[in-house]
Amino acid sequence: MSAPAAILPDAPRATVPPPVIPRPLIELERVAVQFGKGEGAVRALAETDLRIEKGDFVALVGPSGCGKSTILKLVSGLLKPSAGNLFVAGREIGAEDVRIGMAYQNPTLLPWLTVRQNVMLPLKIVQPYRKHWRAKRNGEYREKAEALLAQVGLRGFGDKFPWQLSGGMMQRTNLCRALIHEPDLLLLDEPFGALDQFTREELWATMQDLWSTKRTTVLLVTHDLREAGYLANRICVMSARPGRILEDCAVDFARPRSMDLLYTPGFVALTQRLRELIIGVRTAATL
Amino acid sequence: MTNILATLRAKAPSTALILGVFVVWEVACLAFGISDIVLPRPSQILATLWDRWPALWPHTYQTLYTTLVGFGWGVLIGVTLGVSIGSSRLAFETAYPLLVGISSIPKVAVVPIFVLWFGAGTVPAVLTAMIICIFPIVVNVATGIATVEPELEDVMKTLKASKLDILWNVGLPRAMPYFFASLKVAITLAFVGSVVAETVASNRGIGNMMMIASSSFNVPLVFAGLFILAGLGVMLYLIFSFIERRVTGWAHRKTDLAVTT
Ligand SMILES: Nc1ncnc2c1ncn2[C@@H]1O[C@H](COP(=O)(O)OP(=O)(O)OP(=O)(O)O)[C@@H](O)[C@H]1O
Ligand SMILES: [Mg+2]
Repeated sequence: MSAPAAILPDAPRATVPPPVIPRPLIELERVAVQFGKGEGAVRALAETDLRIEKGDFVALVGPSGCGKSTILKLVSGLLKPSAGNLFVAGREIGAEDVRIGMAYQNPTLLPWLTVRQNVMLPLKIVQPYRKHWRAKRNGEYREKAEALLAQVGLRGFGDKFPWQLSGGMMQRTNLCRALIHEPDLLLLDEPFGALDQFTREELWATMQDLWSTKRTTVLLVTHDLREAGYLANRICVMSARPGRILEDCAVDFARPRSMDLLYTPGFVALTQRLRELIIGVRTAATL
Repeated sequence: MTNILATLRAKAPSTALILGVFVVWEVACLAFGISDIVLPRPSQILATLWDRWPALWPHTYQTLYTTLVGFGWGVLIGVTLGVSIGSSRLAFETAYPLLVGISSIPKVAVVPIFVLWFGAGTVPAVLTAMIICIFPIVVNVATGIATVEPELEDVMKTLKASKLDILWNVGLPRAMPYFFASLKVAITLAFVGSVVAETVASNRGIGNMMMIASSSFNVPLVFAGLFILAGLGVMLYLIFSFIERRVTGWAHRKTDLAVTT
């Protein structure tokens, strides 16, 4: 919009350059998503506003089918909004050069590669790492992968194959794969959903540790309110389909948080409030 | 050493079964006095093989040659088609029914057409072997590539991987077990193709040799031809199984995978 002004030599000079306000890493402005057309169209996401600051840890909760995964797909550029504006790092989606890491509930490790090779996969693909892949894959990159594996408690497992790991270990590997290329933004879609309670809690601690050291911006989709409360700085509660954000609450428990936090009255009150919100949303939707 | 012993022990039952079949066959022929015009005994067949080997060898060579050339082209074309069909959802969904349709046609029915176009000889045999082994390869390779988990594809796309990156790093390695499973099917089918073509229109090859032998009621020689075909088939199957285990050992941790048609 300001580009034509620069071309015209006699454009009024008086306009003050707009003050540079640091923009959030992610901005959704009245973004809506609709699948299909006409009669059979499904509105997956109603007009939604969401801003996520750089370095934040935001959890997205809501009833099933409300469009949480859809928001992740929008932010990662896999899906185009049907309406509204979506900016990542202040630019229209697609034009940005933010690096994104992604982990799903299904770890989707490549069975023909070792754990370390799996973790190193993004370095083979993402710039600027890709340029040096041949030169560094046996040196620097390998050490980088080993360091990350050690941080999630998988020291010495680099040469194992995925089928030699437990579900929790695979998910740790998956997290490493999502983080190895030092993404600006980490998108997690129910990454701990398929794990048992104890493994899940262990992974929460690992995740918190990773976030505190790397300060990557994280957007976490989860069904587990305790997980959201334990990990996130902010929890966004979504309404039933077509989803929009009903409530955006800050979680300001001190960090590092320990498992004991989960049994404090403040935490219980928070999860209870969120739970009532979501149940209210669900019953409203079925009425 | 213990390794070899273990393998031998594992293979012992199937070896015993094969030997058992031959022994029963031999004994039954002797016991019921079956004439060698109807069913020769294995010992007669082996003797024929031994005696006539100098005459049989050129035919064996011819059949092996046409089969391997046809198979080679079949693999080349099959992989190319399979990769292109498998890498595009649209192409996969469009072409799959057609492929299944074509692969259910008995391919030997095209032999007369090839003879019409190219005359009798080596060419129709090579072409038949090729055409018969293309389809299992195409279907398997395409399936292997097209069934990459959508989540994995999402992960790759968010890394801004190009289609080629995804194909190279995920699609092709993933398709390998499917590919090898189809190779084992294809190599045996290729033999069928070349032998049938030789039977119909050639003056060389095992198929032709068997035709001539049967018209002169030299039944042991016909069976010698069968034995040679079986031997070649098993040999090539073993070679591909061996390569398969070396290349795609990771896949055999999990069961299933192979789609064969
Ligand atoms: N490709 C698609 N085509 C048509 N409809 C879709 C598609 N993907 C999602 N939807 C619809 O959009 C809605 C939101 O889907 P989404 O996957 O975002 O839900 P979700 O909040 O992640 O649910 P869950 O918690 O169960 O994972 C769903 O009702 C779904 O039916
Ligand atoms: Mg989802």
